[in-house]
Amino acid sequence: MVGVAFTVFLAGSFFRLISMWRLAKKKDGLIFSYISIFFALRSIVHWILPFAGVSMRKHPAMTIVAFLFHVCLFAVPIFLSAHVILFKESWDISWWRLPDMAAEIMSWSVIGSCLFFLGRRIFLPEVRYLTSLSDYLILAAVAVPFISGLWSYHQWAAFQVVMIVHIISGEIMLMIIPFTRLSHMLFFPFTRGYMGSEFGAVRHAKDW
Amino acid sequence: MTKRSVQNISTIPDEGIDKGAQRLTPDQVSRVIRRHLEEEGGARLKVYTETCVHCGLCSDACHFYLSHDHDPKFSPAGKVKQTLDKIIRKKGRVSIDFIKKTAEIAFTECNLCRRCVMYCPFGIDVAYLMLFLRRICHKLGVVPQYIQDTAHSHAATMNQMWVKDDEWIDTLHWQEDEARDEIPDLRIPLEKQGADIFYSVIGPEPKFRAQMIYQAAVIMNAAGMDWTMPATPGWDNSDMCMYTGDEEMVARLKKVHFETAMRLKTKRIVMGECGHAYRSVHDVGNRHLGWKMSPLPVMHAIEFYYELFKDRKLKVNQKYDAPVTLHDPCNVVRGGGLHEMARYVINETCSRFVEMHPNREHNYCCGAGGGVINCGPPYTNKRVVSNRVKADQLADAKARGAKTIIAPCHNCFGGLEDIVKHYGLGMEIKFLGDVIYECMDKE
Repeated sequence: MVGVAFTVFLAGSFFRLISMWRLAKKKDGLIFSYISIFFALRSIVHWILPFAGVSMRKHPAMTIVAFLFHVCLFAVPIFLSAHVILFKESWDISWWRLPDMAAEIMSWSVIGSCLFFLGRRIFLPEVRYLTSLSDYLILAAVAVPFISGLWSYHQWAAFQVVMIVHIISGEIMLMIIPFTRLSHMLFFPFTRGYMGSEFGAVRHAKDW
Repeated sequence: MTKRSVQNISTIPDEGIDKGAQRLTPDQVSRVIRRHLEEEGGARLKVYTETCVHCGLCSDACHFYLSHDHDPKFSPAGKVKQTLDKIIRKKGRVSIDFIKKTAEIAFTECNLCRRCVMYCPFGIDVAYLMLFLRRICHKLGVVPQYIQDTAHSHAATMNQMWVKDDEWIDTLHWQEDEARDEIPDLRIPLEKQGADIFYSVIGPEPKFRAQMIYQAAVIMNAAGMDWTMPATPGWDNSDMCMYTGDEEMVARLKKVHFETAMRLKTKRIVMGECGHAYRSVHDVGNRHLGWKMSPLPVMHAIEFYYELFKDRKLKVNQKYDAPVTLHDPCNVVRGGGLHEMARYVINETCSRFVEMHPNREHNYCCGAGGGVINCGPPYTNKRVVSNRVKADQLADAKARGAKTIIAPCHNCFGGLEDIVKHYGLGMEIKFLGDVIYECMDKE
């Protein structure tokens, strides 16, 4: 199952990137002419550093939560000791592990962040207006693996069942990344980099 | 603004949109859109529409949203949701009324100012998406009447304002004549081969603001520049077709413009104070002709004035005395990075400068750009009401002493004039050239 999930995620991501690359070659050839590694990186760096841009400074709570969320979202599944042990047992590969306490705090951070995002979707009119069912489902797809993970870790009621929920939901999340709005994970460097190049090299202006 | 009044100004009759829509059948609509999506919808369209996570962070960038009491319908992503999202989801099977609404949103509720690109974490280019919609409207023949008229003028005369070939030459002679009262040996050199500079202007200059050609001639004369203007079509650097979605015409227009420069064997093109023309010549039109950058150096007036002052070619007799503030036009600042040069020129010519906030790349749009002012009188009220935030920004600069607004862009100038009048701000608006002309040593 895990193998299937990883395969779908990796092959799906590869497929999406390649097919988008080919579409860009066919229809948006200008992207390749205007992309500038320097200006692409200049823009990307400004957008992956907290508070580097005006927009981030205008929304400090969102900035803090969004960064915390993304860091934890990546770090916990990869460095959780239970996961690392499973990798060791199945594929005999191993790497650095997060202390359990840290992993727990970080998991709670992800859940808290999801609640924050949910709150934005419900209470901020400009976000509510844009929100459709799929946005809630994606939020749930991200939150459930962490909720069920903590549940199982603490061995709360029916944790064996919840463990299965955890495994399946985690795999679902991984598999839907290339095919949903979560694909911003794949495309962010390209959209930001392209805009950074246009703003930097052609328009001699900042884009943050 | 209340919700009710927003709805009121959203049902504006427009001959171009209404009559165009009457000629359509639902079948035509879906056929044209499907073909457009297939032919021109590429990776940018796909990635932009499929990765937007609906976070709403672009909202704060948009003067429409801010001016309409944070009505989410006016946020950049909100405008995409109402139009393009549905078009893509339904694969073009949308009603004719929907197309009318789409035309109104794409043409009159977005200035293509790209401020939202700086607020979207992913760098999604909503201006590109709105232009994509405008091109659909163009293909369907549903375009606001006034701006379509300028596009027709471009197609028929190669200038925006139906200026006839002899009227153009006549206007230059007239301005030369007028200027000779002030400077007896002044010339507006026509058709001079091999001059250093081809000075190009937008159609409205000979039509309504001929004194700007006069001023430019005085500046060129005082700085001792080797310059010329053509006696043929190709003199107009403006480009409303870029905003109606008529990309084939964009290519024709820029081809004539560049070829005129080549024919005159000039070394560079210096453009008057116009933002959208700069966008067209320096960023957009060249691409339609297959040039990565413009085929010969292109300078906006701000850059040119900067060069003149930097090289000490112009002297100032007495600095402009009233405190000034600067409106950074989108197309030359976010689109050209000329903001520091503009400040340098102001520093050389004005004694007191008050920054407006936000400024530089983050300045609020004038509300007129992107062809919105060219959609004409039916939308004037909506345009002005939709930019209350600009009025607030100007009022704040005024409270800190600013009396004159410098707007180095024709569209901004017109847009700010309407805003200053509507909100009773009582501020004077000037082009950079106006200020230089007033203060310079003309000998």
